[in-house]
Amino acid sequence: MKTSTITTKRGASVRVLEGGKGAPLVFLHGAGGLFPDNPFLDQLAERYHVYAPEWPGYGDSTGEELLDDMLDFALHGWDVVSALGLRTPHLVGHSMGGMIAAEMACIASNDLAKLVLVNAAGLWIPEHPIADLFALLPFEFANLLFHDPISGAALLTGGLDFSNLQAVADFYIGNAKRMGMAGKILFPIPNRGLAKRLYRLTADTAILWGKSDKLIPPVYAERFKSLIPRATLELIDAAGHMLPYEQPAKFVAAVAKFVG
Amino acid sequence: MKFTWFNLMPWPYLPDDFREKNRSVWVDVPNTLYDPRQGHFVYHEYMDQLEYADALGFDGIGVNEHHQNGYGLMPSPNIIAAGLARRTSRAAICVIGNSIALYNPPIRVAEEFAMLDVISGGRLIAGFPVGTPMDTNFCYGQIPALTRDKYREAHELIMRAWAAEEPFAFDGKYTQLRYVNCWPKPIQKPHPPIYIPGGGSLETYDFCIDYDYNYSYLSFAGYVRGKQLMDGYWERVAKRGADASPYRGAFAQIICVGETDQEAEELYSEHVRYFFNRCLHIYPGFADPPGYRTIKTLKAGVLSQLTEDAMNKFPTLTWKDLVNDRYIIAGSPATVKDQMIEMIKGLHVGHVFCLFHNGNMPDWKTRHSSKLFAEKVMPQLRDLWPEWKDDHRWWPTPMEDRLRPETTLPGAERNR
Repeated sequence: MKTSTITTKRGASVRVLEGGKGAPLVFLHGAGGLFPDNPFLDQLAERYHVYAPEWPGYGDSTGEELLDDMLDFALHGWDVVSALGLRTPHLVGHSMGGMIAAEMACIASNDLAKLVLVNAAGLWIPEHPIADLFALLPFEFANLLFHDPISGAALLTGGLDFSNLQAVADFYIGNAKRMGMAGKILFPIPNRGLAKRLYRLTADTAILWGKSDKLIPPVYAERFKSLIPRATLELIDAAGHMLPYEQPAKFVAAVAKFVG
Repeated sequence: MKFTWFNLMPWPYLPDDFREKNRSVWVDVPNTLYDPRQGHFVYHEYMDQLEYADALGFDGIGVNEHHQNGYGLMPSPNIIAAGLARRTSRAAICVIGNSIALYNPPIRVAEEFAMLDVISGGRLIAGFPVGTPMDTNFCYGQIPALTRDKYREAHELIMRAWAAEEPFAFDGKYTQLRYVNCWPKPIQKPHPPIYIPGGGSLETYDFCIDYDYNYSYLSFAGYVRGKQLMDGYWERVAKRGADASPYRGAFAQIICVGETDQEAEELYSEHVRYFFNRCLHIYPGFADPPGYRTIKTLKAGVLSQLTEDAMNKFPTLTWKDLVNDRYIIAGSPATVKDQMIEMIKGLHVGHVFCLFHNGNMPDWKTRHSSKLFAEKVMPQLRDLWPEWKDDHRWWPTPMEDRLRPETTLPGAERNR
């Protein structure tokens, strides 16, 4: 994957990972951001021309002050697609990225090819409240996000050296930036009315879900399926909320089977 | 020097095993621990104490706003302040304050503060806190990264509403009003003194300096730990070219006065420990949601040691720790006087919010401590800033001919 920086019409500077050949496929990451290693992107790039833009406030992308609400995020998503010069790409959105991808597809239902929602945020079922991401302590994340919390914890910190205070402080500040941004559409309840707009989502949609997701449990996958006109659902074993990281091969195979 | 008698209004009946059984005194504290029938007596006792402080000669009586909080029973401090405005006529009514980003529309604050200023005859001090993350984000659902922007807009609306003499339209990002027209308006012109409680955010320093508002540091960790933060503020004051009047700054301090050092320990130790041990038991996940602090403030790195370390230590502190390490100022009038001077001079503050009621302290002890302070300590602290003695910029200027409803209105005799 190579890295480049593009500027949207609104003025956000966006870092994009890009690689592969084939139909254009845009991967939209979740609230935690892209990890340093993303083997699933490399595997997707064996079949598609993959673009993975980082949201403002993530990595080197800027423009946080330009985005305040759900509409801003969704339009920003389309601004990125335009700035990349893409026409009707496939959209694959994970977690918060799935929430935004679904909104993008509701707004401009003819501007994408197929849609893949992966353990997506955006709905709220009162009987199954989603844990409060913003009040969690650092050590609580791995258990909620991964089928296997022990190897998950290592992925989360990306080999951070906890004896290096500066590195820990930088990590903390980076996290405040990322999650501060995510809070604009996820705090205090990760629901900005997507459910009432999903009738507009007419693209062919695959809902992929790590079966052991303890953050957004599979009951949410069922709810997405019932609200989206043309959707299929696949639950994937031995994977939690971070499905693409935890089971990259299974994840990519499921995407390939659906997208073609 | 100005001294304001402050009551946080803690719930005094948290059980002995509160810390073991509950993760937080704030936000998700079980409301089954609150008994409204006992609450009736608690509110009246606390309001009586505030009125007593007025009678003792404290310059101000103070209240604040917290939500879903076992040590702060005033979701609406304005309700308490309204009671005080009717039952006192001398002390400033210090409301520190209304979290202006939480009121929808924020014009409500302009109206209620104006009502308090008018009823009290111009005695209001108006506080505009950004609000703690616990109150603002977790209890009242404001988005952390947008809280400061919303606060900024609410402040602009309120100040314009107080100043304007004709209705105007306000097209804000968070509030749109076609006809802003504040009725009533405050007595104090151009507006009541404004105090901003801060916790070390650089933006708040600059905001206070640029608008000439008082910066109030409401800490429970005492003046030794408060020094770094207040020094940062005064450096900023100098850098932005403002004068160094100590009345620009205020500090909150827990104070316990006994006839002797030993009496202070005997009378107050268990109640102060109740406060530190139970009342300050706050779940760390609620303390700093991402986005609440700006990146600029985080990079300045002034916060962590002030908040987390101190909070983690609170439950284990003994009376000796609390006194020796100056979390609290406690002892005989002479001891307290010396430490008060050290605090006032060290922090360079002209206002002290004095916390005499602590945790589950009974009424008589609270009054004993307050009275000793008012009679034996306060008079010796009055003239610590002779060069600024005529600086009244941060203190109310009440109506000369205001009513004295607690003593002069019909029925007042009977009510007393």
